[in-house]
Amino acid sequence: MAVELDVFVGNTIIMSEEVYQLWLDGYTVNDAVKVRMDGGALDEFEANADVVQSDTMDQYRTFQMCERLLHSPTKLANQLLFQIPPHRQATLIERYYAFDDGFVREVLGKKLSKGTKKDLDDISAKTGVMLKSCRRQFDNFKRVFKVVEELKGPLVENIRQHFLLSDKLARDYAAIVFFANNRFETGKRKLQYLTFQDLAFCAGQLINNWTVGAVDNMVEDMDVDLDKEFLQELKELKVLITDKDLLDQHKSLVCTALRGKTKAFNEMEANFKNLSRGLVNIATKLTNTKDVRDFFIDLVEKFIEPCRSDRWTAADMKLYLTHYTNSAHILDTFKHQVVWDRYMGVIKSCIFKMYHD
Amino acid sequence: MPGKLKAKIVAGRHLPVMDRASDLTDAFVEVKFGNTTFKTDVFPKSLNPQWNSEWFKFEVDDEDLQDEPLQITVLDHDTYSANDAIGKVYIDIDPLLYSEAASVISGWFPIYDTIHGIRGEINVLVKVELFNDLNRFRQSSCGVKFFCTTSIPKGYRAAIVHGFVEELVVNEDPEYQWIDRIRTPRASNEARQRLIFLMSGELQRKIGLKVLEMGGNAVVGYLQCFDLEGESGLVVRAIGTACTLEKLSSGSSTHTHPNTAPASNACNSPSKDGKESPLAHGCRSTHNSPVHSACSSQRLSQNFSVSVPTLIFTGMGSGSMGKDAGPLKTLLRQQTQTALEQREFPFFTLTSFPSGFLLHVGGVVSARSVKLLDRIHNPDEPETRDAWWEEIRQEIKSHAKALGCHAVVGYSENTNICEEVCILSASGTAAILNPRYMREGCLDIAGSDHRFEDPSPSSCGFCHIPYDELNMPFPAQLTYCFHCRRQKVPDVLFTTIDLPSDAAIAGKGCFIQARLCRLKKKAQGEVNATAISNLLPFMEYELHTQLMNKLKLRSMNALFGLSIQISVGENMLLGLASATGVYLTALPAPGGIQIAGKTPGDLNNEQHIMNIQKRINDTIAKNKELYEVNPPELTEEVVGSPIPEPRHRSRLFRSHSESSDELSELDLSHGKKDAFVLEVDDTDAVEDIHSLLTDAPPPKGFHSCNTETMPGIYNWTSALQMFTSVRVLRLSNANLTNQALNKIFTDLCENLLKSFYFKLRSMVPCCLSHLNFSVAVPEEELIQVAVTAVAMTFDKDQTQEKPAEKPIMKGCSEGEEQLQFPLELCADSSSVNSQSSSRISGVPESSSLSTRAASVDYGSFADRCSTWLELLRLKAHTIRRGSVKTSRRTQSLAHSVSSLEHSSPITEGRSRLLRSSRSFGGSSVSVVKMTPLSFLPGTRIVKYLGIINMFFIRETTSLREEGGVSGFLHSFVAEVFAMVRAHVAALGGNAVVSYSMKDCVLMENPNKNQCQCLINVSGDAVIYIRETDLEAIASTVGLSSTNSDGAT
Repeated sequence: MAVELDVFVGNTIIMSEEVYQLWLDGYTVNDAVKVRMDGGALDEFEANADVVQSDTMDQYRTFQMCERLLHSPTKLANQLLFQIPPHRQATLIERYYAFDDGFVREVLGKKLSKGTKKDLDDISAKTGVMLKSCRRQFDNFKRVFKVVEELKGPLVENIRQHFLLSDKLARDYAAIVFFANNRFETGKRKLQYLTFQDLAFCAGQLINNWTVGAVDNMVEDMDVDLDKEFLQELKELKVLITDKDLLDQHKSLVCTALRGKTKAFNEMEANFKNLSRGLVNIATKLTNTKDVRDFFIDLVEKFIEPCRSDRWTAADMKLYLTHYTNSAHILDTFKHQVVWDRYMGVIKSCIFKMYHD
Repeated sequence: MPGKLKAKIVAGRHLPVMDRASDLTDAFVEVKFGNTTFKTDVFPKSLNPQWNSEWFKFEVDDEDLQDEPLQITVLDHDTYSANDAIGKVYIDIDPLLYSEAASVISGWFPIYDTIHGIRGEINVLVKVELFNDLNRFRQSSCGVKFFCTTSIPKGYRAAIVHGFVEELVVNEDPEYQWIDRIRTPRASNEARQRLIFLMSGELQRKIGLKVLEMGGNAVVGYLQCFDLEGESGLVVRAIGTACTLEKLSSGSSTHTHPNTAPASNACNSPSKDGKESPLAHGCRSTHNSPVHSACSSQRLSQNFSVSVPTLIFTGMGSGSMGKDAGPLKTLLRQQTQTALEQREFPFFTLTSFPSGFLLHVGGVVSARSVKLLDRIHNPDEPETRDAWWEEIRQEIKSHAKALGCHAVVGYSENTNICEEVCILSASGTAAILNPRYMREGCLDIAGSDHRFEDPSPSSCGFCHIPYDELNMPFPAQLTYCFHCRRQKVPDVLFTTIDLPSDAAIAGKGCFIQARLCRLKKKAQGEVNATAISNLLPFMEYELHTQLMNKLKLRSMNALFGLSIQISVGENMLLGLASATGVYLTALPAPGGIQIAGKTPGDLNNEQHIMNIQKRINDTIAKNKELYEVNPPELTEEVVGSPIPEPRHRSRLFRSHSESSDELSELDLSHGKKDAFVLEVDDTDAVEDIHSLLTDAPPPKGFHSCNTETMPGIYNWTSALQMFTSVRVLRLSNANLTNQALNKIFTDLCENLLKSFYFKLRSMVPCCLSHLNFSVAVPEEELIQVAVTAVAMTFDKDQTQEKPAEKPIMKGCSEGEEQLQFPLELCADSSSVNSQSSSRISGVPESSSLSTRAASVDYGSFADRCSTWLELLRLKAHTIRRGSVKTSRRTQSLAHSVSSLEHSSPITEGRSRLLRSSRSFGGSSVSVVKMTPLSFLPGTRIVKYLGIINMFFIRETTSLREEGGVSGFLHSFVAEVFAMVRAHVAALGGNAVVSYSMKDCVLMENPNKNQCQCLINVSGDAVIYIRETDLEAIASTVGLSSTNSDGAT
């Protein structure tokens, strides 16, 4: 005796968020049933294992049928197959596009290609996220990337409109797309301490200040590609380290301002030239795609690590960078104030975010 | 040329990719009606084409308009090879053919393909211009409205209920034509779909003609079914109740008295509506003949009866063989002479009635007949089937007569086919309808007064026996009505109708189901038919026994909405009886159940029996609490009425227990109440008792019923969830016993219910209403159960308050607003009482409300007929009274209306509501509610847009890829829902009421990776407005109607 067929279809979609999450997490029906029963489903409404099994199957099928629609969320609103109340639609979409920070950290900056997809089982093993869930998340990244790639207008807004995501999630996706497009290196051991949220924040800074979109908001890829002209202009900053007078002047200005305000003053003074060289060199090399990829690793190696070894506190860091940036304005022979601000604004906030253990 | 059909193809969206190379589609559309086809241009390379076509015009007869669907085919243009079909849309344009309904069909329709399912959507506009054709000698019946709803639709009142209409059309099944061997499955499916569309169109038209002939304008309780007879053909048949409906609106104020307004307020309650007046034709003639005399003289002792005065069942011999069906040959076969014409059946497919319409209920009548399909002489003609049904209906009619009743209400018919054997079944509830309605009938169409001088107390009147006490059709325990103490009532009452809204009940109702499996030897032809017809009576008997026991176990005394389904397979028969149990306070309290051992002295055994008895008693006590069955004991003391005659112990079923002393020993707690005796004499009995106790009550917060309204719950909130569930079980080995099969079947049904409770747990407190189970044996070793029901939430707090007052008050669901009125009339009705010299019943103290109803007691039919003159006199009074009272009535109307607020601002407010509803409907087309009930809680239906009747076939040759049978059916059911919703939305509606899935035929062949499924659904498309939205309007309407009434 076996149940050959068992379906339950409601006029309005019937789903429990718990089961949806289990499905998203990649549990098989049997595992999901186990989890639900362990979670106390049996205590409710005199359920038994069969009932939970049947309910889980029904919902899994529903989700599978919905999945096609979830790939283009705007269709979900005007499709006729399922009657889904608006708040449920929002939940379905938001949860479907949600991702594990652990997983995304692994693929961040990687090319969203077949090759990477093949590595997903390694990532799955490493992060403990089920392979099925990894695939879904990876495909989501890829799908969003493909769609916004060809669109004009602001990246976050495009993502939000095309995938009906919340502002927060749309920003995260913008970061993922931005990283994937510029192929920033994030996988090095030295960068491991950075969380996805750290990097997403930095990406947001870059998108808002360094891309084409930051100056002109109606071009293709405006938020995905860095502003070439700006990168070119960054070369001019070289004068800050090549001109010895300027470098000394800058140092004395900063040191005057800092003196007595921090315990790390001595280290700051000793390291000033090194640190300044590091930051300016990063700026001048950004015309090279290869160096763009190494942007974050450079920031860590050239600036964060030396500071950390000198035991600067976060406050020290803030103080230093603020004076470092501002002092440049007082240098009378330094003409590139606008470019300097555009550069340092981002660098400052990125380093603030990245300066932690 | 009486009509012009115009169609415009606007756009498509979400089309499938038809060209792999470009990932796009070059779509165009063919629009076909009858034999005319138009095409749109090709819209190249797009998945969201914008055709924006011209208006395609079809000039057609209205006959064709009724029969044919508009057929829209979306294709992919291919320069070199044949164009590929993407899918089709069939649009039934019938709703456009009557004036009040939809004026345009406009919206997005899913493009459906029988192999791939839904493939994108298409936006279509359809209009019809009907030319006024004065030559109405036509074959069409445009303008006759159809309703699936089995009560008078909201917003209408029935001026005349004409009676039963039926029709049947037959055609060759395309699936069995020779051409099917060479055409693709898609072509074959489409041929079938189209044929059924055509046939149901034709059927509706023919029924419409009959209705027009009778002088009616609508069919209520329209029930259409398909019989897939295989080789011998495809039958589409329908039954319904012809009515003349009048719209309750400001427009019809010429017809309506000012005093219809309070009546229409009754619309508030789902089952009670407008009002109904006289019946015509068929019924009247029934009444004219003094039926009761016929049955009283002929009551025979040989009646095969089931101890309960309610179910009469027969199994007829397999008709084609003319053989007897065992012991049942003698069953109720009296040659009752009737004055009825042969073709007229006093049958009503309605299940709920305006108050006062239903006088007495006799009990369930049913008839079954086994036929052999391969014996039909002329399979392409309907004659044979017509004759079969005629036979069954006659049978039903004579059963009703045997119960002293002249009408059958809650009538339905169905078939079950297995290979060449076909079981035809019909069932209904024998009843006596108010004769005054029939007689006054055409004289007083408005008939607005009758409700105010309702002859019998409506809270208990329908329970009073219609048959002669001295010549009962079966042995039954009669007692005086516990309500009025004037008339006799049976101890148990079974019916197929809904609980009358004014019936007095105690506690809540509950869903009761009897399940049974019987093995049968495999056989062919006549042998098989005989075997089946021999089994039928035993199955009915057992089902009945089970129902009876389960009813007692729940301490209830009446069943409503009873439906018994028997399904045949090659090697077994399945029986499923579903009903809603309730405690009617007019009927005596049910006794308990007693267990008796066959072999006294055996200590072990006695111990065992004691244990069982204890469990049963505990269960009864628990159930009493669970269903809040606390009958008001008060009435017994308060009413100084005749003491009920001593009742005899009702002995039951297979038991012939003699040892009365043994019984008294076991009589644990039931005191004076008599008990049912179940004898534990064999394994069967033990098993029965076990099965009694295995039925789990619904978990806390859940209630369930299979009727329109849940007895005892009145305060619905608006959340609802309609669902369809299908389960198929494969029996693993062939050597199962009856008992094992029974267990499997029972578990299947119980587990389904458990699943529902679990899935819908977030809706608690909630009630599963209109639980409609249907069983089938699709092939050997498979059992299929399909359920459609609706879960509705209700407000818990109020239900707890209500029972306190309810048992004594009437169990009517409408609020006080309605009652004010009758109370004010109280003085008048008592004056009528004193004037009429027929039997007068005192005003029952127990029911303050029955004042208006308590005038003449029509309890006994014999009395009624003997006091013929009084009746006429009474009628005269009525008329006089009506005229005198006008002024008073308007005053009180002003009262009641102004206090109505959120009930029903119908009359004058109607037009305004409609206007506002239009704008409302426009904004919320996206959500379409569906329910198998005739109402949506918390809302008011303001417009009926037409009947939805759709038939779909889905087939797959990649079953595994679609997720197996479950995946396949899951998406198909979802698709069917989607298509129903889309059609309703296109008509401008926002809900489907009285929705039902008539058929779900699943044929699978997993080895070939194939599966095919047919689904037939129907319902009424409506526009509703939320009651909260109404409130604002209501107050202003209340004012205006007060004013206008004052003016009259």
